[in-house]
Amino acid sequence: MAKLNVNGKVHEVQAEADTPLLWVIREHIGLTGTKFGCGIAQCGACSVHLNGKVVRSCVIPLMAVKEGDKITTIEGLSTDATHAVQKAWKQIDVPQCGYCQSGQIMAAVALLAKTPKPTNAQIDASMTNICRCGTYQRIRAAIHTAAGNSVAAAEVMANEHTVVI
Amino acid sequence: MNDMTKPALPLLESVARRDFLLTSGVVGGGLALGMYLPELALAADSVSGGAEINAWVVIRPDESCVIRIARSEMGQGTLTGLAQLVAEELDCDWKNVKTEHINPGQNFSRKRVWGDMSTGGSRGIRTSQDYVRRAGAAARMMLLQAAADQWKVPVGELSVDKGVIKHAASSQSTTYGAVAEAASKLTPPDEKALKLRDPRQWKIAGKPVKRLDTDDKLDGSKKFAVDMVLPGMLCAAIHQCPVFGGKLVSFDESKIASLPGKPKALRVDESTVAVVADTWWRAKKALDALPVVWDEGPNAKVSQADIIAHLTEGLGAKEVYVNINEGDVTKALSQAHKKVEASYTSPFIPHVCMEPMNATVRLSDGKAEAWVGTQNAEGSMATLSQTSGIPLANCEVYKMDLGGGFGRRGGTQDFVKQATLIAKQLPPGTPVKLLWSREEDLSHDFYRPIARAKLTAGLDAKGHMTALNIRVSGQSINAWVNPAAVKDGEDERQLQGFWKAPGDAQLGYSPANLRSEYAMRNTHVPVGPWRGVNTNQNGYFLECFMEEAAHAAGKDSVEFRRALLQEHPKHLAILNAAADKAGWGKPLPAGRHRGVAQFMGYGSYSAAVAEVSVSAKGEVKVHRMVLATNCGHAVSVEQISTQVQGGVSMGLSVLLAQSSVAKGRIQETNFNKLPITRMVNMPHVETVIAPTFDFWGGVGEPTICVVVPSVLNAIFAATGKPVRSLPLSNGLKLV
Repeated sequence: MAKLNVNGKVHEVQAEADTPLLWVIREHIGLTGTKFGCGIAQCGACSVHLNGKVVRSCVIPLMAVKEGDKITTIEGLSTDATHAVQKAWKQIDVPQCGYCQSGQIMAAVALLAKTPKPTNAQIDASMTNICRCGTYQRIRAAIHTAAGNSVAAAEVMANEHTVVI
Repeated sequence: MNDMTKPALPLLESVARRDFLLTSGVVGGGLALGMYLPELALAADSVSGGAEINAWVVIRPDESCVIRIARSEMGQGTLTGLAQLVAEELDCDWKNVKTEHINPGQNFSRKRVWGDMSTGGSRGIRTSQDYVRRAGAAARMMLLQAAADQWKVPVGELSVDKGVIKHAASSQSTTYGAVAEAASKLTPPDEKALKLRDPRQWKIAGKPVKRLDTDDKLDGSKKFAVDMVLPGMLCAAIHQCPVFGGKLVSFDESKIASLPGKPKALRVDESTVAVVADTWWRAKKALDALPVVWDEGPNAKVSQADIIAHLTEGLGAKEVYVNINEGDVTKALSQAHKKVEASYTSPFIPHVCMEPMNATVRLSDGKAEAWVGTQNAEGSMATLSQTSGIPLANCEVYKMDLGGGFGRRGGTQDFVKQATLIAKQLPPGTPVKLLWSREEDLSHDFYRPIARAKLTAGLDAKGHMTALNIRVSGQSINAWVNPAAVKDGEDERQLQGFWKAPGDAQLGYSPANLRSEYAMRNTHVPVGPWRGVNTNQNGYFLECFMEEAAHAAGKDSVEFRRALLQEHPKHLAILNAAADKAGWGKPLPAGRHRGVAQFMGYGSYSAAVAEVSVSAKGEVKVHRMVLATNCGHAVSVEQISTQVQGGVSMGLSVLLAQSSVAKGRIQETNFNKLPITRMVNMPHVETVIAPTFDFWGGVGEPTICVVVPSVLNAIFAATGKPVRSLPLSNGLKLV
């Protein structure tokens, strides 16, 4: 029996010690916003925060999580999707299918915690999650928006579409 | 066509759906696996209600307008676009619009009142637009009639705006919500006789509106099929023979008997073994530990080089299917001032839906149910019925939004079939969720077919193209899906985009002498439609070749194309639109080069200009892309530009990686070996939407076919060396 602090609540979990945190979160705790994408820490769909740092939960075994560790999933980021990053995602209308977006949002929150006003190069370097729908341009704009950098956001969205009739 | 007497069905609140929402949907994680709360489930019923004006429109007393959506939503925004079309004719307040999905069992039981549900071929909007707009208009008429009846005034004296009905003469007003119940009892008008609004006057459709399906994608509350939890549900992991066509010989279940989760190994079909356990992770662990003996069969010897050699033989074969043969290509080539010839290769490409393949199936009491993300819900239900032996009338498929589709979740319902075969081997009533690992997904796809092409052109002394011969040699999707349907290699679909017929995928160029040929060369690798299908390969073949021909002619890339597009003004106009927006011919920052391409597919005209730099180390950076589309009618301009961006991302992936064959199997089985476009690779994308309002074209697919060649042509401009194979090689790398 392991004790896990997820989103501020302690869960007692009966899972094998080598069970990846992703599957503990999804199958034992029942929070399904964190997604399975590859199982080898490549795509980032499973991104959660471990003590405030973004990690890919599909490769972190349960035994590597200490009792005092604090895990935050997309469900615990805010109440009513009011985190600045979630609001920016809504404003820019980022998601297409939405499957990777929990992970993208968690990665963006971690980036902004470390780098409150990232450059495009810093976004490129830290936002390595895969979005197969190709929402990258809008993710970039939403990160600038969440950072309060409206000039950079406008540059990204410049000429996004022009209707010629 | 509509049943006006029935009250609104609580479509999403069927018992099975409630199970799911309430067991897996509770936020906070307090629930253990599969906990069931029947009393809450009953309460959920009262959430619905309202009056069904017709099959597509339900209006509730609180003024919300529920628009039913029969097509699948996989990120492409069809849900929002279809709702815009209905709302446009309905004249409701866009703020009050809600949507709900139709399930195929509901469609079946109401004699397909919602029409075709399949979602592929970029058809979601263009082949639904007429009847959904008519439904919206009919509903508006009935709502107005109900108000007129109530006030005893002629309906012609009423006006409506945003769901508020007014009678100016008597200063009366009411709302859709207030008259909906009465309207639902009226005889519907003849929808075919209705006059629809001029699209140039649209107020909701054609306008930039936010998607209707964003909120639950921001907080983890959206449920994909992979998130299904049902009472007593088991989870299954599968392993298919790594070599296509190989067989499962045996497995030793005793080796996993002591593992946690009560794992049970099952033969799914002749090439597939599954392990079922109480959680998916335990099923996967036990599957990995299960000793399995395969008979890999004769295909285990096949290499990529074998397949390429097979296709290369087709480039020179005498017996081929000739689709177009105008003028005398052979003679014109022999008399040409200059002859240009080049061969190209396009590899197998996987779909890579971020949500791996999955389906949940429950068979009980002569009833079959499936919960699945599907592009073809009726196909899913047919598969469920055929595999379970339970008649369609006793089947239901609960449609979930897809975590990516791209053609993978359409015609081939392998995941539904497998889940059903597993469920048949479990105690009746036991739900089972089958989930593929990424390794299964990438090694058992229905890949974009491999193809080669040889193009030959003749140029006259002025550099004008007088003859063009297009020879494609490659694998046929139709032959994989239904071999009997392809006679003597005559598969026109493989020449998509090179067709003479207007309207769908017409070749824009009109050289005086033109021949198109297809040599069918099939392999043992499963193939299927991949977003854009054959327009991808054919657009790359033709437009990279046009660049080489323009280069040989000493002509500007755009001018060279313009000269050959004179007979097809829409192709020409969209090329010009992209070139103008991109500033074709204007100076670029040092080190940047442009490439251009145009092509037609899915009823839409597309063109692209890419700005690229190539470093001394061969690092290819795509800085900016301008893409122009004439899709006839632009229903959802926000979704058009985001679909175009998606096409750019997906197109660039093809420059990064392929699925290649060794020992009969696919080598790239996870993202460490199959790089996918990421943020760093994404250029600034600008979309020009230029609808001409005289046809209805598709949006989701017809972009990739110009993305790849425009980028490759820019690389050619930068390096002086044409790119003739994918992914990038010979020292070039997309960064």
